[in-house]
Amino acid sequence: MTLRRNLRVAVAIAAVALAVAAPFGLKPYGIYLLSLWAVMTIAAIGLNLTLGYAGQISLAQASFVGIGAYAAALLTTQGWPLWSAFVLAIALCFVIGWLLGYPALRVQHHYLAFVTLSFSTLVFLILRNEEWLTKGVYGITGIPRPTVLGWSTKAPVDFYFFCLGVLVAVAVATWGLIRSPWGRAFTALRENPIRAASLGVDTRRYTLMAFAIGSALGGIAGVLYAPLVQFIEPTAFALGLSLNLLLMVIVGGGGYFFGPFLGAAVAVLLPEWLRFSEGLYLILYAVFVMVLMAVCPSGLLGLAERLRKPAAKPAPDVRASGSSSR
Amino acid sequence: MADILQLAVAGLATGGIYALVAIGFVLLWQTSQTINFAQGEFVMLPAFFVLAAMKFGGLSFPLAMLAGLAVALVVLGLLFKRAVVDPVLRHGVLPLVISTIALAIFFKEGVKEFYAADAQPFPALWATTNISVGGAAVSVQNLVIIAVTVVAVAGLQYFLAGTRTGRRMQATAQNPVLARALGIAVERMILYTFLINAALVALASFLVSPIYLAKFTNGETLGLVAFIAAIVGGFNQVRGAIVGGLLLGVIDNFVAAYLSAQYRAAIPLFLLIAVILFRPQGLLGRVEERTV
Repeated sequence: MTLRRNLRVAVAIAAVALAVAAPFGLKPYGIYLLSLWAVMTIAAIGLNLTLGYAGQISLAQASFVGIGAYAAALLTTQGWPLWSAFVLAIALCFVIGWLLGYPALRVQHHYLAFVTLSFSTLVFLILRNEEWLTKGVYGITGIPRPTVLGWSTKAPVDFYFFCLGVLVAVAVATWGLIRSPWGRAFTALRENPIRAASLGVDTRRYTLMAFAIGSALGGIAGVLYAPLVQFIEPTAFALGLSLNLLLMVIVGGGGYFFGPFLGAAVAVLLPEWLRFSEGLYLILYAVFVMVLMAVCPSGLLGLAERLRKPAAKPAPDVRASGSSSR
Repeated sequence: MADILQLAVAGLATGGIYALVAIGFVLLWQTSQTINFAQGEFVMLPAFFVLAAMKFGGLSFPLAMLAGLAVALVVLGLLFKRAVVDPVLRHGVLPLVISTIALAIFFKEGVKEFYAADAQPFPALWATTNISVGGAAVSVQNLVIIAVTVVAVAGLQYFLAGTRTGRRMQATAQNPVLARALGIAVERMILYTFLINAALVALASFLVSPIYLAKFTNGETLGLVAFIAAIVGGFNQVRGAIVGGLLLGVIDNFVAAYLSAQYRAAIPLFLLIAVILFRPQGLLGRVEERTV
């Protein structure tokens, strides 16, 4: 066990070192992609909490990224500092995420998938139609990058390090959360809600909490996304992004801490590295996901674990939530 | 009054198409617990089979439709079951949801990459004129859609309730274990539902594509609305899917005309949330007994 822990710490340190060294020698576009990877990883970490750990499927994560991004865009273009956008986005997404959790108390799985899908369509319609607030399809331009304690993040490299810093903070906080009794309660909720309830876990509260915290992390990602791309419009936060984030979590490995990091890398960095056209890459990616679901639904990290110690106990796998209620 | 008649006909036509797609959804769920997130793309695709048969195969439109139907049966029925659903189903519902989401992306990007990214005109089955009924201009095409839907649904109901194979399929849906014990070829019955679903989506595709044009993004809203129709009506009932589909189609048209065209897409969503919160089994559905 200690050996495994040491190995994990070593891997984490190596990964951070790689992430710090990566932007040097890259063109601005490469640095932009790295920053996008960091932002998407944060959103995927949030979804992994909701889906991977607590077993509640959500197709609305992009909506929370959108809410965060619009909060940041509207506040910072009015001259407010970025930290105020963080506060607003986290509070908004936490509350809306909490409310979105209520249907999850009544329905599960595919029903919940379509409820959250409906919610994300609703958010998209509001972003598109309420022009007095969001400028509709014209979008919001000229979103400034923040200055943190006198350090201007205007240059791509500086902003990348800012995103990376937030990512590390989010990762550390999430790591602490899933090690805490709360994290245990989330897992219990996923594995067998009825047993969890009979052991005294307040499943109601933890279901809502899983949605609220996961959504708040989506909001944080959004607050970084707006100054990263500096132009936002509603279609960026439509269903496509939600599905993308969902696939990131599943492909990386739902319920694995490092799953979102890997999944986001596969979705954001790999297509650029392989130099495929976007459409062709998506086609191959879709085939890959279908094969992965047939071979190993617990994702790449689940596959790695299975290869490392075959015939051991099966990996924690998201579908465990599917077996209990049917 | 004329307006209302006009809107009602348009609504029933839209609703008929929703119902066709929703029935397929419900059948797949009943016999094999398959949730098809690509159902909307299943409606988008057969139109392109037809267009491709005309463009590359040089077939006339009626022959191309037959070819399109045949390809749809093979690809969306047989291959979908064998290559996508069967290997994943044993892992549970969620991996299948993910897998069909990936399939939707595959179809969408495939059409965009290898056929066309812009909307393609699709020949109409019938004259695109209007006839006057009591002062209202009613589109002939909508009447054709309603007629075809009624015939298709009636035929399906007769098949399910009136033929031996249909009864066997119902038995499979109700209790696969007992059905197998009674000597019913359960696997084959499940395959039949996949084929029926493929035929229904192909039919919906041929009906809807002349109106909305054939475009790779057509499936996005259709799949969602069809699923909402199924839930609203009652997920475990074919009747429910029909009622839900018609209801949504009519409401959609009236809302767009009288309330808000911008938020017409939001109405099914509110209906969905209301049904889930207050009547989760759907308007016509039975409460499903669930074992722990």
